[in-house]
Amino acid sequence: MRHILSMLVENESGALSRIAGLFSARGYNIESLTVAPTDEPTLSRMTLVTSGNDDIVEQIKKQLNKLIDVVKLQDLSEGEHIEREMMLVKLRATRDDRDELMRLVDIFRAKVIDVTDVSYVVELTGASKKLDAFIKAVPEGLIIEVVRSGPTGISRGEKGLTV
Amino acid sequence: MPDQPAPGDSSNPANALMQLSGAEITVQALIDEGVETVFGYPGGAVLHIYDALFKRDEIKHILVRHEQGASHAADGYARATGKVGVCLVTSGPGATNAVTGIATAYMDSIPMVVLTGQVPTPVIGSDAFQEVDTVGITRPCVKHNFLVKRVEDLALTIKKAFYIAKSGRPGPVVVDIPKDVTDPNIKIPYQYPVDVHLRSYSPAQRGHHGQIKRAVEKLLAAKRPVFYTGGGVVLGDAAEALTTLVRQLGYPITSTLMGLGAYPMTDKQFLGMLGMHGTYEANMAMHETDCLIAIGARFDDRVTGKIEHFCPHAEIIHVDVDPSSISKTVKVHVPIVGPVQSVLEDMLAVLEDLGGQPDRDALTAWWQQIDQWRGVDCLRYDRTSQVIKPQFAVETLYKVTNGDLYLTSDVGQHQMFAAQFYPFDKPRRWINSGGLGTMGFGLPAAMGVQIAHPDAPVACISGEASILMCIQEMATCKQYDLPIKVILLNNGYMGMVRQWQEFFYESRYAHSYVDALPDFVHLAESFGHVGMRVEKPDELEAAMREAFGMKDRFVFLDVVVDPTENVYPMICAGKGHHEMELPPTMSERELA
Ligand SMILES: Cc1cc2nc3c(=O)[nH]c(=O)nc-3n(C[C@H](O)[C@H](O)[C@H](O)COP(=O)(O)OP(=O)(O)OC[C@H]3O[C@@H](n4cnc5c(N)ncnc54)[C@H](O)[C@@H]3O)c2cc1C
Ligand SMILES: Cc1ncc(C[n+]2csc(CCOP(=O)(O)OP(=O)(O)O)c2C)c(N)n1
Ligand SMILES: [Mg+2]
Repeated sequence: MRHILSMLVENESGALSRIAGLFSARGYNIESLTVAPTDEPTLSRMTLVTSGNDDIVEQIKKQLNKLIDVVKLQDLSEGEHIEREMMLVKLRATRDDRDELMRLVDIFRAKVIDVTDVSYVVELTGASKKLDAFIKAVPEGLIIEVVRSGPTGISRGEKGLTV
Repeated sequence: MPDQPAPGDSSNPANALMQLSGAEITVQALIDEGVETVFGYPGGAVLHIYDALFKRDEIKHILVRHEQGASHAADGYARATGKVGVCLVTSGPGATNAVTGIATAYMDSIPMVVLTGQVPTPVIGSDAFQEVDTVGITRPCVKHNFLVKRVEDLALTIKKAFYIAKSGRPGPVVVDIPKDVTDPNIKIPYQYPVDVHLRSYSPAQRGHHGQIKRAVEKLLAAKRPVFYTGGGVVLGDAAEALTTLVRQLGYPITSTLMGLGAYPMTDKQFLGMLGMHGTYEANMAMHETDCLIAIGARFDDRVTGKIEHFCPHAEIIHVDVDPSSISKTVKVHVPIVGPVQSVLEDMLAVLEDLGGQPDRDALTAWWQQIDQWRGVDCLRYDRTSQVIKPQFAVETLYKVTNGDLYLTSDVGQHQMFAAQFYPFDKPRRWINSGGLGTMGFGLPAAMGVQIAHPDAPVACISGEASILMCIQEMATCKQYDLPIKVILLNNGYMGMVRQWQEFFYESRYAHSYVDALPDFVHLAESFGHVGMRVEKPDELEAAMREAFGMKDRFVFLDVVVDPTENVYPMICAGKGHHEMELPPTMSERELA
């Protein structure tokens, strides 16, 4: 099963490699990993998507918690939460395809943020599934490049992941 | 020291403002941490630190002959005392040489602080002379590591390193110190932190009361209970509490290789070691038990055998300070996260509160069953042999030392024979590399033990292949007059490898014959030690007595043992506890 893990980690140079190293050393799956500083400069927030059966995910969480640099960990999949991912897509957009592409952009509430004679760059934010759906919907042969941030997430309600 | 007060001595208020360089801070922090001994080897990146060390005599520095020796010696020191072992090595090759010892300590959860020199911060990342990414290389085999980038961070980092190394589940911590951080010309005010708090690290202090109560109830209700204890009992200094609880309940107990001695092995409730080379009675009890309590043990694959066959009838209670040890390979019914010592105390208290008694009839029947298994005599060997059997050598060692010995080991058959035939009655007496299985561990580890306990008898049991991996440390033993006794079970083979080749590769002994061996007697002599060799069973005891009689000499006793002997019992790959290979019987031996 897919799990989205959210972590507060010490904002130190080694922290990221400790986490990445843990996954490779123990053979755990890692689908995506995003990391950036938070409002608290000494902390980074990391969102990691992994998958495995319950026992493996349990072990992954225990091993992550064991790392000295991991301050707090929450398995967002265990409760109500919101996930968002951002995607930039470069599309081949010549005269003939422009109408069709604009319709898609509208339907998916995306934005065209760069235009040339022959291309668009489209920005789209949403749940990862929505991003998948957009890519599927683009007519064949028109995608030049796809950049995705990997999902980030936050739990619903008033409780926050803080120290 | 000259007549001025020691820097950093907090009893002197004038010292609150003591100005120290990074090198001096490193040394002073070790002193303030209570470190008495450092095992090390100098080199460019740590020369400022060595210079600071030179001026202070509160710390004894033991100069090893290879940095692997330094890390194993610090490890042996830690295992024998429970204190944090410390070593100091230079950057690059100094650090990489120490890695085997760091990984060894990591696998067995040994508290250690390793100070490594690093190239100066401005040149880090430029492939400078003797630069390696020490933090990167050691990351997967340390509990934690640090690169100290500013001299202002040095004292606090060292404080954190010691705290992390010894608390919770212990382990090695590396502190990588660039040379410019130890610059003797840059002095800053020094104060060693009294306390340290890490917001991201707070090991469990007590077990959950409700879970402890549940565990005790299950134990009392059990018909065929077994205690399965491990290195955690030794690490957590809980031998006494364990012994009290086990005696009070009257239940059988078995231990992993790492836990031997935590419960007196000569006691009748002790079933011997369990696992791959464990006793028949211990493994059968595991197979038949209806209630298993694991304490400070981590369900290693050498212990469980095939998981599907592991304790098929049991409810399992597991006490461990590290949550990630619980239900890692075997599903546990009653997990208790906490330090063994406090959990055992709580269990004893709950037991008293409940006032319950074990089921005496069931227990009697259970012991009858166990006695039947004991009757199999699974550790039998040919006692009439005209060549020295390794088992006989260990039994003789036990006899000669009256069971009162610190025994370190290398890795191989000799290690297993020692575990099977030398019953330790106290913890921290049996010192070996279990998790990593590092050949070369024994001799340097014995140095650490002997330095920690200068007046105690210390021996290292080894094989002719293992001993050569750190043989250079005989020079260290000479320099510091360490009266260690090396008991070499010389079978001419990498016996453990040869055994596997005999069993699983139709006796194709690919590169397991140890050719071109040195003359160990002369080798020892050339290092300034006493060398002895015995070849006959009836000469062994006298030789050992002579060796141990030389109380102030390092003696290397080369014992020529049967090259064909195998370690039994054995659970082969893919088998369960009930499917052991037993040693051949007398008549089978005669047939062969
Ligand atoms: C050639 C060879 C053969 C071997 N054969 C066998 C064999 O037949 N049988 C066998 O048993 N082993 C054998 N081993 C050793 C084996 O590989 C493992 O090292 C060993 O079984 C692990 O022991 P342990 O479970 O006690 O764990 P350890 O490695 O000692 O781990 C200790 C556990 O206790 C926990 N702990 C630490 N401190 C505390 C505390 N204060 N409170 C609570 N918990 C704590 C830790 O978190 C950890 O889970 C062999 C090794 C070699 C090299
Ligand atoms: C550093 C290292 N290399 C290889 C091994 C694999 N290994 C395990 S036991 C063994 C043979 C040990 O031979 P010896 O020291 O003579 O002991 P014996 O088994 O003969 O008693 C080997 C090579 C190891 N454990 N450690
Ligand atoms: Mg050998």
